[in-house]
This record gives sequence, structure tokens and C-alpha cells, in this order.
Amino acid sequence: MVKADIIRSIELKLGISHEDASLQVESLLYLIKDQLMELEPVLISGFGQWKVREKKSRVGRNPKTREEYEISPRRVVTFYPSNVWREEISNNSFD
Amino acid sequence: MNKSQLIEKLSMATNQTNKVAEGAVNIFFNNIKEALSAGDKVEIRGFGSFLLKSYNAYTGRNPKTGEQVFVPKKELPFFRAGKDLRQKVNGGIDSESDE
Repeated sequence: MVKADIIRSIELKLGISHEDASLQVESLLYLIKDQLMELEPVLISGFGQWKVREKKSRVGRNPKTREEYEISPRRVVTFYPSNVWREEISNNSFD
Repeated sequence: MNKSQLIEKLSMATNQTNKVAEGAVNIFFNNIKEALSAGDKVEIRGFGSFLLKSYNAYTGRNPKTGEQVFVPKKELPFFRAGKDLRQKVNGGIDSESDE
């Protein structure tokens, strides 16, 4: 599934134009990214939470050449699925 | 920011009623959940991708009591940030450009 599928689904379910549905999705993504850029978490109940974590610099090694190099400090975006969703998935799998 | 704040911001940013924004937000996240449940993965350019990751069963220990606990195999949603999002939180620098 890609973005266009979601836009199409919103268009059909809400009965709005393709342009309007597209604007909803693009703006939604922009708002979430903008919030994370400010290093603020985004919490969607029933879905999960995104947080930005700070990683310190550390020494890495190229596994092929065994050469050591410094991995620069960076920020990473981490997603934590909600407990509700975790349970829905574990109830889903019967294997 | 939580879901109701996102809905409010979205409605203001797009000049749409709260009802439309709420509908869009709910459909957006429900579609992702449904796709993963159906065994599909979700790729949103510039934002990231969602997939289900499987974890094998293992015998762990309760770190407090030392008691053995069996953890059955499970599947969990996993999100990987896309290039644009990675760059944005790092002030424009892509720290993982090796792909």
C-alpha cells in the first residue's frame, strides 16, 4: 500500500474530491513531520507514538575492511505501537 | 501532539471542517493497520514505511525475581523513517545516506 491508495480511500469514504483528499494526506504528513522536527512526540491513540531520540557518537567498524570509524551523533525517529494495536495483531495470528 | 490536536491543526491548515479532518485522520491510520493485518506493507515516500516484524519465541527471565518466563513468538508493527523525515530531524543532514 502506498500514499495514493490511502488518498483514494479517503476520497471514496468521505465523498470529497481527489484534490481535497490529497491535501488532507499531504498536510497530515507535514504536520507530523513538523512536530518531530521540533523534537516533540506525536501520540495517536489506538495506533502508536513517534518519538525523536538522541544517539551519542560511537565507534563503528566496516565489517568487510574492519576499518574503524566514528558514527556521528544523530537523532533517530522511533515508533512505539500502542498496546491496543499490539493486542489486535497477536489476536489476529492463529499460527 | 495527540490525535485530537492533529485533527484540529489539520482542519485549520486545510480549511476543512473538523469532521472531514477527523475522517481523514481515522481512515489514514485505520488503512495502515488493515494493510499490515492483511499481510501487506505500507510505504509512504518521504515519511517512512510500516511492516510487521516477526519475533521468535524465547525463554526469558523476570529480571527482578529471576523466574523463567516463556515468551511466545509474536508479530509487532515496525516503522522505519524515510529519508526526508530522517533529514528533517537531523537539521537537513542524512545520517544514513548509504542506501
